[in-house]
Amino acid sequence: MTEPEATIPNGPAAAAILSAGIGSCTLAVLAVASDGSKTLTHWLSFYPPSGSLSGVTSVAVVVWLAAWLVLARLWRHRTVNFSRISVLSFVLLAIALLLTFPPLADRLLRK
Amino acid sequence: MQISLRASVTMIHGMFFGCFFMMAVFAAVVEMIASTYTAGGFELSARGRSLAAIYLTLTAALGWLAVLGGTYIVYPWYRVHPPAGITDLTAYPQWLLLSSGATSGWHELGMEWKEHVAWLAPIAMTMTAYVLIAQRAAVKQCRQIRHAVLVFACVALVSAGIAAFFGAMINKQAPVNGGPEIHLFSER
Repeated sequence: MTEPEATIPNGPAAAAILSAGIGSCTLAVLAVASDGSKTLTHWLSFYPPSGSLSGVTSVAVVVWLAAWLVLARLWRHRTVNFSRISVLSFVLLAIALLLTFPPLADRLLRK
Repeated sequence: MQISLRASVTMIHGMFFGCFFMMAVFAAVVEMIASTYTAGGFELSARGRSLAAIYLTLTAALGWLAVLGGTYIVYPWYRVHPPAGITDLTAYPQWLLLSSGATSGWHELGMEWKEHVAWLAPIAMTMTAYVLIAQRAAVKQCRQIRHAVLVFACVALVSAGIAAFFGAMINKQAPVNGGPEIHLFSER
C-alpha cells in the first residue's frame, strides 16, 4: 500500500530535522578538531574560563541556526524527499554521537 | 545547615535543570511512542495544544539552561588551575581527579564525554519542540517525520542521561565547592 500523496509541505519539518543533524555533527567534529590542534583550541576559547568548549559549542549553535534558517527559506513551500533527508540526518547524528565518545576521538587523533 | 554557593549552583545545574529536563524528555518520548499506537489517532483540543506547546518549550528551555549553566558557570569552577606549589587539590576538582590513576578516568572519559555530548540534547529537543508545535499538520500527515523526531528525542534522552550520570559521579568523586556559604537553616 502506498502512502497518500503529501498535501502539506514537509520542507519546514525536514529543514528543522536536517539542520539539527548538521549542528550536532558540527559540534562533534569541532570538539575532535580542537582536541587535536592547539591553534584551534586557542581560537575557540571564546570564554577563557571554559576553554575551547565555549567556542566549539557557540560555533556549532551558529552553524545549526544558520543551516536551519537557510534550509527553512529554501524549503518553505516545498515537499522534499523526506526518506533521504531523514537518513542523512540520522547519519549526521550518529557521527555526532560517535565523535563525542572520547576513546573513539582519541583513536582518530592517534593519541 | 549550610551549603557553599558553588555547590548550590552545581546542584541547580544538575538536579534542577538537568534532571527535570531528562524527566520531561522521557515523558515526551513516551507520549510520542504512545501516540504512534493510538488507534485512529487522537486530536488535542485547542487548550490541549497550547499546554503541549508550553510543555515542549519549557523542556527545551530547561535543556538550554542546563548546558549554558554547565558550560559558563560550573565548568570554569571545575577546571580552574591550582596555583603552583599547592598540595591540597580539594578546591580544584579537575586536578584532584587527574592526580590519581584511580580517579583520572572520571575526567578523561566522563567529563570529556559529558561536556560535548550534553549539547546534543537541547539542539535535538528544540527541533523536536518546533516540529511538534509548528509542523503539527505535517507530522500528522507523514509518519516518517514523527519517527525522525522520535529518534532525535531519544538521542536527547540518551545524551542527557550520559551527562547526568557522569555529572553526578564526578561531583561525588571531586565536588565543586567554594564561594560564600549559604545558611539554609540555623542550627539550635
